[in-house]
Amino acid sequence: MKYYRSHVLIGISETSLAAGVESFVKALRAQLSKAGLSDEINLLETGPLGFFGKGICLTVYPDNVNYENLKETDIPVLVEEHLLKGRPVASLMLESAGKFSPKFNYASRIVLRNSGIIDPESIDDYIGTGGYEAWEKALTKMQPKDIIEEVKESGLRGRGGAGFPAGIKWGFTAPLQAEQKYVVVNADEGEPGTFKDRLIMEGDPHQLLEGLMICARAVGATKTYIYIRGEYKLCIMRLQKAIDDCRNYGIIGTNIFESGFDLDIEIKIGAGAYVCGEETAMIESLEGNRGHPRSKPPFPGIKGLWQAPTVVNNVETLANVPFIIKQGAQEYKKYGTPQCTGTKVYTILGDVAYPGLCEVDMGTTLRTIISEYAGGMQKGFKFKAALVGGAAGVFLPEKLLDVKMDLVSLNQYSAVLGSGAILVMNEHQSIVDMLWSILRFFRHESCGQCAPCKNGTQQLYRLITKIKKGEGTMEDVDLMQIIAETMLETSFCALGQSPIMAIRSAIENFRDEFIAITQK
Amino acid sequence: MYKEICVKYAPNKDNLIYILHEIQDAHPQHYISAEAVHEISEYLKLPENHIYGVLTFYSMYSTTPRGKNIIRLCESPPCYIKGSANILRKLKSILDVSVGDTTKDGKFTLELCACLGVCGNAPVMMINDDVYGDLSEEKVEDIIDKIRGRN
Repeated sequence: MKYYRSHVLIGISETSLAAGVESFVKALRAQLSKAGLSDEINLLETGPLGFFGKGICLTVYPDNVNYENLKETDIPVLVEEHLLKGRPVASLMLESAGKFSPKFNYASRIVLRNSGIIDPESIDDYIGTGGYEAWEKALTKMQPKDIIEEVKESGLRGRGGAGFPAGIKWGFTAPLQAEQKYVVVNADEGEPGTFKDRLIMEGDPHQLLEGLMICARAVGATKTYIYIRGEYKLCIMRLQKAIDDCRNYGIIGTNIFESGFDLDIEIKIGAGAYVCGEETAMIESLEGNRGHPRSKPPFPGIKGLWQAPTVVNNVETLANVPFIIKQGAQEYKKYGTPQCTGTKVYTILGDVAYPGLCEVDMGTTLRTIISEYAGGMQKGFKFKAALVGGAAGVFLPEKLLDVKMDLVSLNQYSAVLGSGAILVMNEHQSIVDMLWSILRFFRHESCGQCAPCKNGTQQLYRLITKIKKGEGTMEDVDLMQIIAETMLETSFCALGQSPIMAIRSAIENFRDEFIAITQK
Repeated sequence: MYKEICVKYAPNKDNLIYILHEIQDAHPQHYISAEAVHEISEYLKLPENHIYGVLTFYSMYSTTPRGKNIIRLCESPPCYIKGSANILRKLKSILDVSVGDTTKDGKFTLELCACLGVCGNAPVMMINDDVYGDLSEEKVEDIIDKIRGRN
């Protein structure tokens, strides 16, 4: 292996691509070669780096210096000063460094352990960090029932929103006799404010594939699909490369590791419909239909894709599995709380100092997440509320900042962890306005199959628009809650059952604001 | 002409979504015409109404001709609180179109879309396959000018 004096890790993600990282990398390579450093400095294009930074970011090892918001004009000084002379350029360094927790955003790393460290497009890098050892163990040393037992024991719950225990879900499908079973990865991330799955797939696609393989083995599925949003171009490219590399290495295919087990993974691309994140709608879409949710039961685990038993899991759920199999359930349970084990990846947005992502133990409070991992509130602003869980989430007011963020604790406040999106609002933001934006979203995304949701989302939008304009009354406010409650009880799927979350939490916690605007 | 694209896929219903994607991408006006639907229907042996059902369900497809460049501005809550409404107003004024319409020169179509998953850079829009983040009214004007100059 070639020895380099220094490694420069540069984060390639949709974020940095939007900032023009491609031409930056080209210019940096040219400058390195001009300075005669090409053999001394290794420039590695990796996934999202482990800190909150703006624009184009890079980390220099072994110095462990982080830079953010770089422009092409910064390259000469960066190369000359830091990479040639070894003097970090303070003016370009991450503004947040030293201002708050130096741990940055990874307090506990399971899902994002490789993200920003290895080259996500290199299978050798992944194998070099112990990758695919869990797959080999699951395939050659464990029986399917042992895998399921281990996952049950670990307490892993689905990370897509509902929080159903993964081991139990697999346990429904595993014993069924069927000619063909399927596993489908739900990578149709559409919850507004959520992009954790994108970061997982961009930063470490192999970890998802390994989790998927283990799941397939556990339930006896030989065909698997990754249903991904059409907009996630970089993820699609990286996943496809990862799948091709696995096939070439014999990690998937026929008679893998002489075990007699066959497995194939295929990427399926969505066409833009929020409702397809609902597992049965996703299955309909995979079959080439409109994404209308099916009636449950039967659940997909019994009758799913083409009426065959089908396990549908979220990206983050599966990305936890290699750790559980390799290190064991006991080790996994050291993270999180007793009722809700493991870690959670959050995306933190809105009026905080450093929007971005973090992976922390389940049960970490919202206060800690905002103050330690997002650098607190944007300078000069006060916290008003956080919308947790995207459009299908709830508004948490300041008095609930110390609630533990896990599926069980949040339930006591009829809140959900949802997808892990945290949208922070400052004291100048209007809850009514925000709720309007949410209800407009639901009106647009309702699939139109069932009347309560189709008509309900229209009526909710009509009412909130009236209230927003200052033409509404408190009766309209209460009517919204009644409609949303009716939708909760009568809608066909989770989409129509969701608007109540935001509406109820907004009205309960910020009633004054509704009173003020209706009395204008 | 659409047959050539169809035959790349096995004639199964589950390939409909991918055939639609490819036909739309290949068309200079980024849409799926009535002839295309007819040919797909013959190839997949599916009724045309099923194809229209699917086509009109998903937001990425269009049944009407669109501009050379498709602008999709995110209107989800995270972009909304970062001022996407101002960006929309700006786009409407510099392009002189309303949402869903195409400019007279056929260069741009303005659309709204749900979350693009790049919320760290809100407000965000996508033009064709490229994401543009941290938008301001000035920045939007620059971006549009550059694309206008290119084609």
